[in-house]
Amino acid sequence: MHARADASDPAPNWPDDIFATLQRFDVRQVPYVPDAGHSKLIQCVLGSSTMRGIPLTTEEEGVALLAGAWTGGQRGVLLMQSSGVGNCINMLSLIPILRFPFLTLVTMRGEWGEFNPWQVPMGSTTQGVFELSGIKVLRASNAAEVPAVLEAAAGQAYNALTPTAVLLSQRLIGAKVFTK
Amino acid sequence: MSKANLLDRRQVVSALLANRKDVVAIGGLGASTNDITAAGDHARNFYLWGGMGGAAMIGLGLALAQPKLPVLVITGDGEMLMGMGSLATVGLQKPSNLSIVVLDNEAYGETGGQTSHTSAAADLVGVARACGIADSRAISTMAEVEAFAKAVHDLSEGPRFANVKIDSANVERILPSRDGAYIVNRIRGDLGFQPI
Repeated sequence: MHARADASDPAPNWPDDIFATLQRFDVRQVPYVPDAGHSKLIQCVLGSSTMRGIPLTTEEEGVALLAGAWTGGQRGVLLMQSSGVGNCINMLSLIPILRFPFLTLVTMRGEWGEFNPWQVPMGSTTQGVFELSGIKVLRASNAAEVPAVLEAAAGQAYNALTPTAVLLSQRLIGAKVFTK
Repeated sequence: MSKANLLDRRQVVSALLANRKDVVAIGGLGASTNDITAAGDHARNFYLWGGMGGAAMIGLGLALAQPKLPVLVITGDGEMLMGMGSLATVGLQKPSNLSIVVLDNEAYGETGGQTSHTSAAADLVGVARACGIADSRAISTMAEVEAFAKAVHDLSEGPRFANVKIDSANVERILPSRDGAYIVNRIRGDLGFQPI
């Protein structure tokens, strides 16, 4: 939940690629806890006529929301940062039990040039938490690979009911710069 | 805390679902999911055996996906306390077809009857109202339950919330299916959705 200063790429295009893929897969509900790395995508969602952006108080709400959305016939995607993954753990049990399509896009902290040590423990266990919870993990480390990774992730999540998390690496997003 | 004139949970849920028509009903983890079963198994019943704290959010996802259907979450005080933030999320989205009922026995009945926060301090009606759910009611009579059951079918005035004080008697366990995929796909089928 921090602003992210990344002078090298102030207006990246990869969030547009993500948004286009989500549109193509007819994603309708987009629950999120904000992260600076997701800010452009969230803006796209909130400006969309077909998607509904749904701010959460904690990330686990989004897992339950997507179960309800699917029961009512809609697809969704959960946007969060790596620290939020820990908040979801028990609610992730709904995914294999209810067998609904689960896709989450996670902006990573606690890696690649991190300044804040408090982000490192959860950032270091994010992938492991997902894998232990039965969720496949794909990673995008640079802008060029975002479209293909998103296509694969959305395809397997929605077509094959394979729960999938995409980690958007800190290298892609840019490490947060803390200035006085 | 014992109080006089507390309502019977099974009577409350029977009244809520007596004339359910096209309602989709979601039962929170604990006795409330059994209460919904006791009122009669139904293709539009969503029984939770886990995911504590998630009932209201499942209701929200369903209500947003199906704005023409009344969606009714029936859960307990402990389950609602665990997902209290979701009242803020519901209050922000304001789905007019979503109703949430808390069966409040002021205790964790499934785990030995330990007192919950609502027994002495927490006021869930106040929380819901302060989160933006303007129609938030404290219910203590069957007439109020029946009025709320009617309101559930009004798809223009929600979201609404009710906290119903019930007695803490342990009632017979009437258990629904534990197969989550079956439960979800049965609702989806009834709504007209095909399997993937």
